[in-house]
Amino acid sequence: MKLTEKEIEVAEILEKNARITDEDIAKMIEEDLQTTKEIVAKLEEMKVVVRYTSIVDWSKVEGHEGVTAMIDVKVTPKRGVGFDEVAQRIYRFQEVKSLYLMSGTYDLSVIIEGKSMNDVARFVSEKLSTLDSVLSTTTHFILKQYKHDGTIFEPNNDDKRIVVSP
Amino acid sequence: MNQTKSYIADKVAEMKPSGIRRFFDLASNMEGVISLGVGEPDFVTSWSAREAAILSLEQGYTSYTANPGMLELREEISSYMNRRFQVDYNPKTEIIVTVGASQAIDIALRAILNPDEEVIVLEPCFVAYAPLVTLAGGVPVPVQTLKEHEFKVLPEQLEEVITTQTKAIMICSPSNPTGSLLSAAELEGIAEVAKKHDLLIISDEIYAELCYDEEYTSMGAISGMWERTLLISGFSKGFAMTGWRLGFVCAPEELTQAMLKIHQYSLMCAPTMAQFAGLEALRSGSNDVEEMRKSYRRRRNFVVQSLNEMGLTCHVPGGAFYAFPDITSTGMTSEQFAEKLLMEEKVAVVPGNVFGESGEGHIRCSYASSLEQLQEALKRMKAFAERYSK
Repeated sequence: MKLTEKEIEVAEILEKNARITDEDIAKMIEEDLQTTKEIVAKLEEMKVVVRYTSIVDWSKVEGHEGVTAMIDVKVTPKRGVGFDEVAQRIYRFQEVKSLYLMSGTYDLSVIIEGKSMNDVARFVSEKLSTLDSVLSTTTHFILKQYKHDGTIFEPNNDDKRIVVSP
Repeated sequence: MNQTKSYIADKVAEMKPSGIRRFFDLASNMEGVISLGVGEPDFVTSWSAREAAILSLEQGYTSYTANPGMLELREEISSYMNRRFQVDYNPKTEIIVTVGASQAIDIALRAILNPDEEVIVLEPCFVAYAPLVTLAGGVPVPVQTLKEHEFKVLPEQLEEVITTQTKAIMICSPSNPTGSLLSAAELEGIAEVAKKHDLLIISDEIYAELCYDEEYTSMGAISGMWERTLLISGFSKGFAMTGWRLGFVCAPEELTQAMLKIHQYSLMCAPTMAQFAGLEALRSGSNDVEEMRKSYRRRRNFVVQSLNEMGLTCHVPGGAFYAFPDITSTGMTSEQFAEKLLMEEKVAVVPGNVFGESGEGHIRCSYASSLEQLQEALKRMKAFAERYSK
């Protein structure tokens, strides 16, 4: 679908900060509040803006348990439906956070989240590798998150400028 | 030392310290200040440019470069200026890489001024223009641009102050501190006056990358003006490289070679590692610049509209990252307003009068801060304006 420049701009603003108020968006795009509300509603309705979410640094939360793994999956595509059918069987599992079809040495990249390594291991051995079309899996655990969706996870971003300058 | 005699040169002794200094001292001793007083981008230099400088150090490029800067960099500047602003300068003879745009202004003035020749400066303007004219032995002649004209000079205002001693006009578009952008037609108006009286134009185009509503027009691209323009620009604002001190000046060969004499004796060359960073910024930076521009534009709209809503009226600035609202509704002078705002709400702004007489009654608010900081600063300013507006 074709969006107007203003609609694209609102989508970009919301992508950076989902909590920004309609009033502030209106000022930023030089529109009145009513028009802005309509644009936001339209983006939501068209599922251009799919969901409002935030980036949480769980490593800061004491006692939080959880592991993320990226699994490379080789599959046999099926005549007529290609990879879509097996992909659908995989992404329906609640544990699967993201799923991508890849070029290169394997076919599907599955990102899953579990409470523990055991959790992930059980998912891979019992659910993923037992699917008919799955030929092989390689599981990589994420050890540390440095940057996610454009956000760097380190506190060293304070303003280093002098406070008043010409 | 002889106690009765001052060793300081008269023109330096007579020079007033910058009015910004006092606010810097006040604000930097306070905790929890949100500063809209900063005259530089809130972005950090792109990693690719920083990485290029680091690599140059690792490879041992720690010696001087040619006086006017590395030829490779001048070639890149030449093609960049041509691509972006449709001006044509020979990298071998018409470009000098300088230590910030400030040094470029300095050598431009020193290269053209005989004692007591006059340079017209359009106030409110960058605080260094008039002092640099004085230091170069010239006489700064201020012209007060007015709020009614969005602080853009009218040709007749120039005509009024031109004398037989007038040598040049200094312009800055988009302007620090007003953000005003001169359109092609407005530049042509100034150009006509310059041609009629055979004057040079020193055109400070350091904010040229940061224009939000219309395409930028360079004075050097105005018909018949290339010959009489000293075009000054640099990497500080558009490429977020203020601390590297890297600028350049482009001008016809005769002028450039005159400036080069001063440059080679006083500075030798711009820092080598900064030149490597600049080279990389030009080669890979266009995406970064586009992103910055978008982000500034949104913040500008947000700040300008919020200021207008609280009764601190200002025009929509076409470029740079400054809003220049009128604060006379509070009955205070610029200095009183800025000082009270700092003390009571811990928001730092720069009083408009430090940029020249006609800046009185205004303050400069930089919107080169994160949206969250701007939201908080404007909230505090709104409370302040409500308390004092008459």
